Parts: sequence; structure tokens; C-alpha cells
Amino acid sequence: MNQAKLKKLQKTAKEVRLDILEEVHAAASGHPGGSLSVADILTYLYYEEMNVDPQNPQMEDRDRLVLSKGHTAPALYAVLAEKGYFPKEELKKLRQIDSFLQGHPDMKHTPGVDMSTGSLGLGVSASCGMALAAKLKNKDYRVYSVLGDGESEEGQVWEAAMFAAHNNLDNLCWILDLNMLQIDGNIKDVVDPTPHDKKFEAFNWNVIVADAHDFASLEAAFKAARKCKGKPSIIIANSVKGKGVSFMENQAGWHGKAPNDEQYAAAVAEIKAAD
Amino acid sequence: MADKIATREAYGNALVELAETNEFVVLDADLAEATKTGVFKKKYPERFFDCGIAEGNMVTVAAGIAASGMNVFCSSFAMFAAGRAFEQVRNMIGYPHLNVKICATHAGISVGEDGATHQCLEDIALMRTIPGMVVINPADATEARAAVEWALNYKGPVYMRLGRLAVPVLFDKETYKFEVGKNVRLTKGRDVTIYATGLTVGMSLDAAKLLKAEGIGARVVNVATIKPIDEEEIVASAKQTRCIVTVEEHNVIGGLGEAVCGVTAAKCPVPVVRVGTMDEFGRSGKVPALLEHYGLTAENIAAKAKEAMALKKKFSK
Repeated sequence: MNQAKLKKLQKTAKEVRLDILEEVHAAASGHPGGSLSVADILTYLYYEEMNVDPQNPQMEDRDRLVLSKGHTAPALYAVLAEKGYFPKEELKKLRQIDSFLQGHPDMKHTPGVDMSTGSLGLGVSASCGMALAAKLKNKDYRVYSVLGDGESEEGQVWEAAMFAAHNNLDNLCWILDLNMLQIDGNIKDVVDPTPHDKKFEAFNWNVIVADAHDFASLEAAFKAARKCKGKPSIIIANSVKGKGVSFMENQAGWHGKAPNDEQYAAAVAEIKAAD
Repeated sequence: MADKIATREAYGNALVELAETNEFVVLDADLAEATKTGVFKKKYPERFFDCGIAEGNMVTVAAGIAASGMNVFCSSFAMFAAGRAFEQVRNMIGYPHLNVKICATHAGISVGEDGATHQCLEDIALMRTIPGMVVINPADATEARAAVEWALNYKGPVYMRLGRLAVPVLFDKETYKFEVGKNVRLTKGRDVTIYATGLTVGMSLDAAKLLKAEGIGARVVNVATIKPIDEEEIVASAKQTRCIVTVEEHNVIGGLGEAVCGVTAAKCPVPVVRVGTMDEFGRSGKVPALLEHYGLTAENIAAKAKEAMALKKKFSK
């Protein structure tokens, strides 16, 4: 990846992280940990990978994204706002009664949201339906879905995985946000869903491993996914929950808790100071 | 004796017929033979997808197809489409108000020998609690075919309740017209109104004949659309007959009976006697024996009509 592109992506991701913190702090609720772990993935998708037009969110041939781990909506909203789908001022209204930014993504009211999600394990199935529809309509758009590692404990994820491989949905790419934490602790201690690579290989998927916080690694992964024909791809993205805010990193406790004023100030200072 | 055709049969045939001039996709969950989507599969294999025994995934895949602008039907038994997949239907079809047609067969106790685990007596209740969901329960093959065509042309979520059992054809397909949300009065009568849905319409007509022989005028009303319920017609009939019987192949909790009670309680309180399964599970048996066991017979409906009339008399004192 050339340096100019890398710098631009890093700068955008930094803004996205600041937006996430602002949203969750203003709402005094929400999910900062997972939002920070998917921030780079979503930034890369919307700025480099996906064919989208913020001025025309319903463009028929656009690539689609289903945020199956819908609780990380603050990250999606931040990227959509940075991209120009709606004014950044809206971010401060996250989760408020008069806001179109619901606690979990709502395709009916938020420009740029392709599918309503929130209940875990379901978004990935919807992404299969979208990819199948593209095939049936002879369209060459691609469908992406970001799912959580804790989410992979949901049985329906594996129903969808079977369906996608059975129907040769090579226009479908899932990204597993593997931050190793869920609400009740380490995923290996709750009900161990690993190893994801071997499981998805056994389900006849093209498996790619990447670093969720390294844009060059993500670029290589998405390119490899595009090249694969005849079966769906999953990028297993090794990530850090709370990435970028030292006191939130690798802490399950920051899954669904908003920072107070003091913590917010410290988090913002740390993000801003990072190069 | 009228022909007998199951509403599931009419559904499968309607899909094939409508596919000649319309673009849509059909999904099933390993029950294509039973739900009758199999006849569509045979003719249009490229537009049919078997999702395997994974109903939650099937209805959510349907949501994704609908979100991509395509018409889609999906089928399984009512127990699995409405029961197993309830949360998926609620969150991924209902909440985003997506254009998915859920056509669920083998509803009610008339499944027969398979017994309680496969006899869904809760689907009307579950589906009518979802905001924006249209709930249709056709009475015969003519109505089922017309309702499927209506559903294809309607943009939004629809739950259609279909049966396994062959039931008499009540309506003439040349003259029948399906109107969503409209009750249809099938007999005249001013002593009692009998609201029936699905296979209970035929037996309610028989009940009206029994009552007529005793000099009682029963107004049998076909409620094909349980949601949105026809408030106007219910209020009008409640005012005229002052007592009501509801008949459904469903738990009396949450189904047609309560939908009718919801209208009368607020707009024209009259006694309503509900016939259906009385908060109990189904069981294995031959269908006629099961219908008898659960009181879904012309004789019992007629007896309940007299009970409703007695309550009317009692309350008017």
C-alpha cells in the first residue's frame, strides 16, 4: 500500500475513533469496545473496497454492507458520517428519542444502512440473501458482512455459512472481528467458538487471515477475497477490543459501557496524540 | 358434494400459475413436497432454493432477497415458520417492513397424526403481534389462490396460514374476489354472528344450517384477514346481533377470538364465546377425531351459538 493512501486511511480512522467516543459519550450508553475494534475494517471497506455513493445511498448496483454485529453501530455511523451520508452533527444524537441513529442499525431511517441488524447471528443470513439476489439479477455487486467472534456462537451463523457455500456465493465476503472478548469474558472461557479458520474451511469457505488494524493487511485480504471464485470468503481479522484507547483495550468491561467525562477526555487525548 | 382441496395445494398451484407472468423467488426448508412449493420447484428450479432444515436462516435469507428489491415467498410448516423463526421474522422482516411472503402450511390440529409438536396453535397470535404484518387465513382453495396473488402484488410483510387437510371448495373461482381486511358475510341472520377463519368456515356454515332448523338466524362471517381486522364490519354485526361466536383452529388465546374481542370490547361490548383449542396442546389422531375432540364441529359451534344467545339475554336484563 502506498504511503499516501495509508496516511489518508489512518487519518480517517482516527476521526472515526473520535466520532465513536463522542457518540457513545453523548448518548451515555452504547458499545465502545467493539466499535473501536471494527473501526479500521469499516473505514477500509467504505473508503477503499466498496463501490458506494453517499449522494445516492440506494444506488441499485452499489456494494452492500450488513453489520451483523449491530451493537457496533457507532462505528458504522461514524464512517457513514465521515463519508458524507449525513451531517456529522447527527452523531451527537445517537440513541436519543428524536434521532435516526438508533441503538442498532435501522435501514428504514438511516441513510447508508443497507440492513437493519442488532439481534446477533441474523445479519449474516440476510447478507446471503442479498448475495443470492445479486446472482439472480445478474448484477456484479458484492456483499460484505461484519460479524463478531462472540456472535459466532449463534447457531444461525453456521446455517448461513452452509447456505452461502452450498450456493457458491463468491460475491459474498464476511469479516470476522476476532477480538477474543464477549460480554461475559474471553470467548474461550464462555463457550469456545474457535478455531474459526478450520471451521470455515470445513464449511467450504475461502479463509483469509488478516490484522484488523493494519490497512496493508486488510487490503491484501480483500484483494484475495475478490479473486476467489466459486465459494464465499471470510476474512478472519485479528483485532483488539477497544483499540486505540489504552484503558479500554482488551477489557470485556468496555463492551457496553460509555465513558464518563473524565474518561472521555483521556480517551480523546490519547487518540489525538497517536500518530 | 363440493370438491375438496387443501389450501396448501392451491398455494403451490398459484405459485406456478403466477410465475408465468411474474418474477419471484421461492424458498423452502426441506418440506417442498409437503408445503407444495415442490410443484413450483419442478417447473422453475432456477428460482427455487431449498434452505435445508434451517428455518431461521431461510426467513432471514428471504429478508436479504427482499431488501435487494426482489419478490420472495418462503414456506415451511407453521410451527417452524412462525414458531421457530419468530424472532427472525420479527426483527429482520417485520421491523424493517420487508416485502417477504411467509406462506406457512400444516397449521392447526388438522395436521393429524404427527401430533402436538407439529400442530401449530400459536401462529396467528405470534404473527399478529408484529407491527405491520398482514395475517391471512384462507378458507378454501379459491380464496387461497386469490390471496396468494394479492400478496404477490402487495409490498410488505405477509403471513399466510395454510392447511394440510383437503377442505371443501366454498367459493366460485369465477366470481370470487379477495379483498384484504374485509370480512365477508356468508349467511344472513340477526340472532348471532359466527366469525370463522380457515377450515372452520365450512363447519360454521353447517352449524348455521343446524341453527336454522331450530329457527335461529346465524350470520356466518368469513374472516380471511385476521390482521388488519375488519373493525367496521365487526362493530356493525355486534350492534345487529348483540352476541358473537368465534371459531378457529388455534388457541383461543391470541387468535381470531381475541382479535374480535379487541374490537367489541372497545367499540361495542357484547358477549363473545370463543371456540378453538382451550389453552391446551394438540395430540395425535385422525383429523375427524381430533376436530371432534377439540370441539371444532358444527354441533359444538351451534351449541356455543345458543350459549352466546343466552348470555345476550342474561346481560340485557
